[in-house]
Amino acid sequence: MELLKRSFFGGKAAKIQFFAIIIAIVVLFFVPNFGSAYLPLFLAWVITYAVMSLAWTLFSGKTGYVSLASAAFYGTGMYVQAALGSNLPIVVSMIIAAAASFGVAFGIGLVTLRLRGVYFTIFTFGLSLFLNKFIHWYEVKFFHTKGHMVLAYDNLTVYYCVLVVFAIFLLVVIPMNKSRFGLALDCIGQNEDSAQHVGVNTTMTKVLAFAVSAAPVGAVGAAMATTIGYVDPDIAFKLLASFMPVLMAIFGGTHSVYGPIVGAIVFYSLQDYLLRELPGAYMIIFGCVMVAVILLMPKGIFGVIDTIIARRKRGFDGEVIGDV
Amino acid sequence: MTLFISILINGCVLGSVYALVAMGLNTQYGVARILNIAHGEFIILAAFITLDLVTKNHTAPFVGFAVAIPVVFVISFALHRTLYKRVKDISANDGAFEGNAILAAFGIYFIVQNLMQTHWGSATAAYQFMPYSVKIGPADISAGNLVVLLIAVLICIAYNLFLSQTRLGKAIRAAAQDPAAAAMLGVRINTIMALCFAIGGVLAACAGVLISMKEPFTSISGLGYTTIAIIIVVLGGLGSVKGAILGGFILGYVGFAVSVYDSGFMLSVFYLIVLVLLIVRPKGLMGR
Repeated sequence: MELLKRSFFGGKAAKIQFFAIIIAIVVLFFVPNFGSAYLPLFLAWVITYAVMSLAWTLFSGKTGYVSLASAAFYGTGMYVQAALGSNLPIVVSMIIAAAASFGVAFGIGLVTLRLRGVYFTIFTFGLSLFLNKFIHWYEVKFFHTKGHMVLAYDNLTVYYCVLVVFAIFLLVVIPMNKSRFGLALDCIGQNEDSAQHVGVNTTMTKVLAFAVSAAPVGAVGAAMATTIGYVDPDIAFKLLASFMPVLMAIFGGTHSVYGPIVGAIVFYSLQDYLLRELPGAYMIIFGCVMVAVILLMPKGIFGVIDTIIARRKRGFDGEVIGDV
Repeated sequence: MTLFISILINGCVLGSVYALVAMGLNTQYGVARILNIAHGEFIILAAFITLDLVTKNHTAPFVGFAVAIPVVFVISFALHRTLYKRVKDISANDGAFEGNAILAAFGIYFIVQNLMQTHWGSATAAYQFMPYSVKIGPADISAGNLVVLLIAVLICIAYNLFLSQTRLGKAIRAAAQDPAAAAMLGVRINTIMALCFAIGGVLAACAGVLISMKEPFTSISGLGYTTIAIIIVVLGGLGSVKGAILGGFILGYVGFAVSVYDSGFMLSVFYLIVLVLLIVRPKGLMGR
């Protein structure tokens, strides 16, 4: 409680942030009443990607362990929905999906987070490929089909479902960033050995953060599965779902909660536009954009804006390329 | 007995190609520190180049080496000089570079794969190469596969000799051990890194030509080879070329033996191997 107070009512900035979030969520709650019929679905996808990107930032942005497991958690959520969605209300199956993703991440974390650096990235990259192949094999072997139908819900229901996940996640993440736990994660990112020396239980902190970041991804996966209506391993565990959140987070910047959200809005809009207008060239353009973002804005769009402001103030255009 | 000999030889064929693929990835990671997710795309590019040569120009598939190797070498060298060099410059430290390089490689994977898809389509491609079999004991072994095995083993030996005997090979090994010290002792480190990235591409191109002789492929099957290469590299030890060869043959045998019973389960078994290995010996079999 003390922490909640400190996070949201501590200083003026914290208060403004709290009210801004509340207002934003209230506005988002009423927005579908005014737009077209497509709007709720569009916003639901944007929020889904925002949740995935925030979740990635929560763990990888802080600790520096680059995780490519988003697709694994997202797909786990989708498959939970496919298995349970026709018998249980969507809220219950979403909670189960979140728990399942939490469990998968916890197990994987226990095994792999003792490893440092690129091994972890390799392992998480392989995880979604493995789940894809394994579930494919399992389905063909025991059900003689590929994929499952998912009970469909109307877009508005799904929209409210992901919005609630988004709101809960935001209201958990912001206090968490300011807690001892968040501090410990930052510490691990800066220097893991030092973190260990000052008494942080690094393995447990990493595993818990990894698992907590997986839960909302599973929940939105379950919700979005109902809009697609059909799930197979290639849809659920598509590689792009692992890389998109990372790209969005890098584009927006990983040092605030707003960065990943901005990244999700920009990239999902871009994807949506390209898919509608240039379906043939969509993937190629998207690949170019990815490379460009990594090359040109390693500190994200806010980093670029900061640099431009700083240049304006200093009034010169000198050798600052290195720290753009 | 027939099955045993068939697994023995075909596993060896598969293993030798896997070893080539993994050696390429390992050279790229070991020196340039880039875990190249687009590795498999260059394999498939070489395979398509060979396919075009065989079906349109009616040459022997071996001509594929002469065309695909220079093409992939130039592309890879240029990629490192332009893209990865700059990614390295803007990354704060080595860890950040490795992360960013993987993401950049994913962008390249996306671009190359979709360019190939627009040019060659997404249908399964294959051509006939020595479509008769040889009797070894009681088992029938495809003659084409034996040629593939021979070439792959020759390339593996040649590459190891290159690394151990030549001056350039020595420079590469030095750069892999300690880039900073190597640079101080007069190794032109940026050139060596770009060169290693390109050599990795060349090994991928060789593997691609051999794969086109051996089995059907599509414009999206590159990622499968990349995954296998990554698994082998982890199995053998990151940065260890001998480990890549050993790991390649182990996975080749295991893969072929599993695929005899249930081919869909192959990748899952590979992944389980890595899982166990990461728990027992995270450095890999030959890792330092």
